[in-house]
Amino acid sequence: MVSVGSADRYLPDTVQQAVKILVVGAFGVGKTTLVGSVSEIAPLRTEEVMTEASVGVDELAGLEGKTTTTVAMDFGRVTLSSRLVMYLFGTPGQRRFWDLWEGLAEGALGVLVLIDTRRLEDSFDVLEQLEIRGLPFTVAINQFPDSERYAEEELRGALDLLPETPIVLCDARDRVSSVDSLITLVEHVSGLGAARRSEAVS
Amino acid sequence: MSGAGEGFSEGALRPYVITKGRSRPSRNTIGVETLLVAVEPARALPLSATREETALVRMCGQLLSLVEAAAHLGLPVSLVKVLASDLVDSGHLSARSGVPRAALPDKQLLQEVLDGLRRLR
Ligand SMILES: Nc1nc2c(ncn2[C@@H]2O[C@H](COP(=O)(O)OP(=O)(O)O)[C@@H](O)[C@H]2O)c(=O)[nH]1
Ligand SMILES: [Mg+2]
Repeated sequence: MVSVGSADRYLPDTVQQAVKILVVGAFGVGKTTLVGSVSEIAPLRTEEVMTEASVGVDELAGLEGKTTTTVAMDFGRVTLSSRLVMYLFGTPGQRRFWDLWEGLAEGALGVLVLIDTRRLEDSFDVLEQLEIRGLPFTVAINQFPDSERYAEEELRGALDLLPETPIVLCDARDRVSSVDSLITLVEHVSGLGAARRSEAVS
Repeated sequence: MSGAGEGFSEGALRPYVITKGRSRPSRNTIGVETLLVAVEPARALPLSATREETALVRMCGQLLSLVEAAAHLGLPVSLVKVLASDLVDSGHLSARSGVPRAALPDKQLLQEVLDGLRRLR
């Protein structure tokens, strides 16, 4: 399947390292839009197999009885330097997709949580789950035309965020705005690292 | 809204056939973002190689990530992880940048990411 543009799909051979960031949020919150705004390639879609219970070799006999489904996720790519590339994964936030996070979140720099203020309650579960898993995250408020405008403190309170968790306004359709929210996230992760390093020293 | 592809679809038995009945890769350092490239000079695959293994090695003629290879081939990521892991073990593929072991990425790497992102603005 040699498709159009297949020559540009590859990375320069100088690239040595890849990092990733997860963009998590409910349906329609703007994940695919944000990934597309930032990505240098047309966002790609792939599928991950999910099983209700994880299936090992020995349990294969019972596979017919298990609910095994696949879930699609979008991702994009940004080459950050001649040796470094970054992948962005748009990951659905609903509880039934959390299994998918296991492989995806491991080794991730952090998570950008996209939130639509018209449906704030959709994000409560996700935020709680990220805190439980100890994944560093930043909240990006995607503003839709008919969204009410809230003050940051109001949102912080409604979402019950920890004081150190950054919250930014974002327009997922805008590249600079989307990149800025990623910068805020990575700065936050750097800050956490610095804090932990100084704890280790003292 | 349909969620354009975020819904469920059935049919996950076939991957287990392709991976000869395993659902986990032989190495745990392979992640979605692991960069893969076919080893040069190309080594012939065994006759027992599956169509998917052959396609994966061909796809990795130049450098790209595991998840991109999966997307271009239209195969589930978890399946490609198993295949890639075997092909690295057998010396057909080489892997760069596996899943980092440290809980927190190092300071220098984060700085590099920030510099790269700032250049994008
Ligand atoms: N006004 C506005 N619309 C947006 C924004 N982000 C996404 N949308 C629109 O919201 C809809 C859903 O976005 P999508 O990226 O598909 O959401 P996903 O389900 O989270 O991937 C699309 O029609 C987008 O054009 C935003 O920041 N502002
Ligand atoms: Mg989407």
